Amino acid sequence: MTRRWLAALAVVAVSVVAAGCTASAATQRVEIGIHYSAFQPTEVTVPRGVPVTFVLTNDDPIDHEWLIGDAAFHERHRTGTEPAHGARPDEVSLPALGSAQTTLTFDQAGDIQFICHFPGHEAYGMVGVVHVE
Amino acid sequence: MRRLISVAAATTALLVLAAPTFACGGLIGPNGAVNLLRTTTFAGYHDGVEHYVTSFAFAGGEGEFGSLVPLPDVPTSVERGGDWTLQRLNLETEPQPVFAAEAARLGGADGAEVLLEVRIDALDITIQRGGGPEVGAWATEHGFRLPPDAPEVLDFYADRSPIFLAAVFDADAAAARGQAIGDGTPVHLTIPTDDAWVPLRILALGKADAEIVEADIYLLTDEIPSLLPAPGRPFGPEGLELTHSAAASDLLLSDLRSDAGMGWIPERAWLTKIRVDGAASDITFDLAVAADGGTPSAVDAGFAPVGPTPAPWSTPRTWGLLALAVSLPLLAVWLAIWLSQRRSTPPLADA
Repeated sequence: MTRRWLAALAVVAVSVVAAGCTASAATQRVEIGIHYSAFQPTEVTVPRGVPVTFVLTNDDPIDHEWLIGDAAFHERHRTGTEPAHGARPDEVSLPALGSAQTTLTFDQAGDIQFICHFPGHEAYGMVGVVHVE
Repeated sequence: MRRLISVAAATTALLVLAAPTFACGGLIGPNGAVNLLRTTTFAGYHDGVEHYVTSFAFAGGEGEFGSLVPLPDVPTSVERGGDWTLQRLNLETEPQPVFAAEAARLGGADGAEVLLEVRIDALDITIQRGGGPEVGAWATEHGFRLPPDAPEVLDFYADRSPIFLAAVFDADAAAARGQAIGDGTPVHLTIPTDDAWVPLRILALGKADAEIVEADIYLLTDEIPSLLPAPGRPFGPEGLELTHSAAASDLLLSDLRSDAGMGWIPERAWLTKIRVDGAASDITFDLAVAADGGTPSAVDAGFAPVGPTPAPWSTPRTWGLLALAVSLPLLAVWLAIWLSQRRSTPPLADA
C-alpha cells in the first residue's frame, strides 16, 4: 500500500517538475516572411512577459531589415547611418534570400511596430505591428 | 508562321547608386537619387532581327550608376549606336519650326550567367541571363541596391524572358571624357527574336506612384503594327499616346540607313511613335507589338500569365457565347409555339 502511495507521489512530483520546465521554456515562436518587399503577416499577437522568438525569412533577392521599437526608435532609424544590424535583438538585418531569428520579451501590453528602414521600403509598405496582450 | 514582331526595349528607370549615402543600411539615399532624362528608344524589326537603339543619358551625379533593361532575347551584338538616329526620328515625328535645319544640328551575379560584356564610352554593359534572384545577386555583388519594388518587377520580366541588360554608367569617367550632363551614349543591340515586346513597366521601377514616367518609343516595322494595349483608343490606358503612325518616307529611311550600324533599314517601312507620359502607378503593363498587324500577345503585354494557353472553350467569354447560342433558338421555338397557340385559341364569346 505504502509503495503505491510512494509511486503516486513520484508521478505527481515528476509531473510538477515537468510542468515547471515547460512553463519556463514556453517561448513563443512567430514566423514572419518577406515577399515582394512586404511582411507576411503584418500583424501578430504575443503574450506579455513571455520570450518570443521571431523567425524571419527573406524570400526577396534584395536586402531588408526588421527593426522593432517605439516611435522614437523608428524616427532614429529613419535617419540612421548604420549599414547593417544584428548586435541588438530588436534590430535585425536580413540579407537577400536569407533568414534570421531573434528573441524578445515584451514587458508591457500595447502595440509596437516593426519596419524596414531601407530607403523607400517603409513608404512601399514594409510596416507591421506586434500586439502585446 | 513566324511572328513579325517589332520590339523595343525601353530604357530603364531603375537607377541604383553605388556611392555610399547615409540612410540607415541603405545605399540609395534621399540625396543620392539620380534622375534619368526622358528616355528615347528606337526598335526596328526586319528579317527576324530586332535592332534596338537607345541612349543612356543621366541627369547628373558622381560615381557609378546602374540601369537595367529587360530584353526579349539574347543579343548577338552590342555596339555604339549611330550618333543621330534618335534625333532624326524626332525630327521626322515632331512638328519642327521654320528653322528646323538649325535645330537639327542640336540633336544630338551569383548565379546570373554573363553572356556578354561590352564597354561603350563611359558605359559598362553586361548582358546576363537569370531570374530575379540572380539579377539581385548581381546588383549586390556590384555594389548596387535595388528599389523595393524590384523583386516583383524582375519576376514580372524573368517569367517571360530571363535576359537583362545591366548598364553601369561611370559618371567620373564620363566627366573625364568631357561628357556633359544630359549627353547621351547611344547603344545599338542586335537581337534575333520571334518573341518581343516593349518593356514599359520597368520605366516605373523605383518611382513613387505619383512620379511621372516619360519616354518616347519609335517602332519601324514592315507593316502597320497592332499594339496591345492600344494607345489613344477611348478605353486605352492612361499615359500612353500614339503620336505618329505613317509610312516612313524615302528620305527618312535613307537618312537612317546612312547612320552607323543602320544598313539593315529596309526599302519601305511603317513608322510608329508612342509617347509614354503618365504616373508610375499607371504604367503597370508592357507594350505588345504584332508587326504584321496580327493579334498582339496578352502575355507579352503583361495582361496574362505565362503558361499554357487556355483552351478556347474554357474562357468565360466563350461560355457566355455558348449559352447565348443555345438559349436563343430555344427562346425562338418557345415564342413560335406560344404565338401559334394564341392564334388557335377562339376568342371568348360575348356574355
